[in-house]
Amino acid sequence: MGSAITTSGLGKTFITRTGPVEAVRDLTFEVGKNEVIGLLGPNGAGKTTTMRMLSTLEQPTAGTATIAGHDLRHDPRGVRQSIGLVAQSGGSRPTATVRDELLLQARLHRLSDPMAQAETMMKAFELTELAARPTMTLSGGQRRRLDLAIGLIHAPQVIFLDEPTAALDPPSRNELWGHIRALRARADVTVVLSTHHLDEADALCDRVLILDHGKLIAEDSPARLKQRLGNDVITIDAGLRDDQVATRTLASIADLPHVRDVRRTGNELRIGCENAEGLLTRVVLTLHDAGIDMHGLQVAHPSLDDVFLALTGHTTAQER
Amino acid sequence: MSALHDTFIVFRSELALALRNKVALAIGLIQPFVYLLLFGPLLTQALPAAQNPWLFFVPGLLLQLGLFGTGFAGFNLIPDIRSGFVERLRVAPVSRLAILLGRLLKDSLILGLQAIPLIVVGYLLGMAANPLGVLASLILILITGVGLASLSYVLALGLPNEYLFAPAVNSLAIPLMLLSGILLPVDRGPVWLDWLAHLNPLRYILDATRALFTGALDTTAAIGIAVAVALAIVSVAIGSSLFRRRTA
Repeated sequence: MGSAITTSGLGKTFITRTGPVEAVRDLTFEVGKNEVIGLLGPNGAGKTTTMRMLSTLEQPTAGTATIAGHDLRHDPRGVRQSIGLVAQSGGSRPTATVRDELLLQARLHRLSDPMAQAETMMKAFELTELAARPTMTLSGGQRRRLDLAIGLIHAPQVIFLDEPTAALDPPSRNELWGHIRALRARADVTVVLSTHHLDEADALCDRVLILDHGKLIAEDSPARLKQRLGNDVITIDAGLRDDQVATRTLASIADLPHVRDVRRTGNELRIGCENAEGLLTRVVLTLHDAGIDMHGLQVAHPSLDDVFLALTGHTTAQER
Repeated sequence: MSALHDTFIVFRSELALALRNKVALAIGLIQPFVYLLLFGPLLTQALPAAQNPWLFFVPGLLLQLGLFGTGFAGFNLIPDIRSGFVERLRVAPVSRLAILLGRLLKDSLILGLQAIPLIVVGYLLGMAANPLGVLASLILILITGVGLASLSYVLALGLPNEYLFAPAVNSLAIPLMLLSGILLPVDRGPVWLDWLAHLNPLRYILDATRALFTGALDTTAAIGIAVAVALAIVSVAIGSSLFRRRTA
C-alpha cells in the first residue's frame, strides 16, 4: 500500500494590503491509498487553502507535495489527470444542463465514450431524470450529486471534497454520505474531505487531520482521538436504596482497572473511564453481586467536539 | 495537438450553450437594426449625394456590433467565475490557453452569425457592395471580435469587482465608437479630434472595412487588416497571460 498524498512543510502565505497572512504553515502528512481522511477545523483553519494547493489551484509558498505520484510544483498536469475536486461552490454553468456538464467533463478528460460515461454517472447519482435540466434549477442535494458525478466521472485516484454537505438538509446529507461511503468501498480511490461537522468526520473518515490557525495540531483515527481523551462515560440508573451498600459498591467499582472516577447523584451512577465497552461486564457483575437493581444503562463516548476543545482550548463553533 | 483539441472541446460546449440562448442572440441583433432603421435615413440626407450612404453606414454598424457584442463577452465570464466553473476547468488537465481560446472562438462565431442578417438588410436597402469585399470584411470583423472579446475577459478577470464591469466597458466602448467614425466621418471634425482618432485602432479597421465594401483592396484595407491582426494577437497574449497567472 503506497501513499496517495505526501506533503512536506507545505505552506501558503497570502500577501494582503495589511501584510502577509499565513493561511497554512508547515503541513506535513501522508495519506495512504484507499484512505478516507478528513480535514477538520473551524472556518479559517486552512482547510480550503490546503485543498486548493493540493488540487493545483493555489501555488504553495513553502514545502513540497506529491499527489498520486506527481509532484505538485513540477507536474501540475499529471496531478490534474489523477484528481477530482468537488469545490464548495460546485462548478457548473448556471444555464448548462446536467448532461452538458457531464459531457464536457468527460471530453476534457478524453474519456473514450463521453456519452456513455455521462449516462453511467447520471444513473449512479440518480440524475437521469434531471439530464435536460439547467443546473441553476436543481435543488441543493441534486446539485451536490451532480458535483460528485462531475468530480468522479474520470475515475480519479484522489478525490477532494471541500465541505461536501455544507448547506444540505439532513435527508440530502445522509444520501450524500451514502455516496461517499460507496467510494470508500472502492479499492482504488483516496478521499480527502474537509468539514467542520465533527459527526461527519466521525461517520466517514478513517483518519482525521485537525487544523487550527493553519497548523496541523492532531492526526489520528476518530476513535483513537477520542480514546486519547479517555473519558468515556457509563451512566447507570440503579436502585441505590441502602447508602452503605452503595458506598461500598462505588468503592469497588472505582478500584476496577481503567476507571477514572465514580460519582453518585441520587439513583444515578456516573463512571468516567477508558474503554467503556471493555469495562461494562465487570461493572454490571459488581452491581449484581451487591444485589443492586439496574433500571437503565447508557454508554457515552466523547464527541470530536470534546476532542477539539481539549486540543485547542476552543470549540469548533467559535470563530477566530 | 492537445491544446488545439482542448480549444475545440471548450468551443463546442460554449457554442452549444450560446446557440440555445435564442433570446440573447436576438437582443444582440436589435441594436444595430435600431441604428440602421432609425439613424440610416438621417444619414442619407447628411452625406454628399455622390456617396452611397449604406456603403458608409453598414460597415460602421458591423464594427459597432463587434464592439458592443464582443466587448461585453466578459460579462458571460462573471457567472462562470462565481459558480466555480472556471476553477473546475483549471483543475482539469486542459491547456490554459484553450480555456480562453475556446471561448473567444465562440464569441467570434456568434458575432458572425449576428453580422449576416445585418449585411442582408443592407443589401435590401440598396447597399451596392462588392460581395467578395463583404466576405473579406466579415473575416476582418471576426478577427477584431477575437481581440475585443479577449480584452473584455481581461476586464472581467482584472477588475476588483464585478459591478465595475458594465460601466468600465461602456466608458471604453463609447469613446472608441465615436472616435472610429462609425456614425459620422471623423475626418470632418477639428484637427485635434482627427488626431485623437488616429490613435484608435478601430478607425483603421473601419476604414479598411469601408474600402473592402467598395471592392478596393488598397493600402487602407491592408493597414486595417494588419491592425486587426495585431490587435487580436496582442489582446490574446494579454488575456492568456492573465489567465495563466490566475490559473498557474
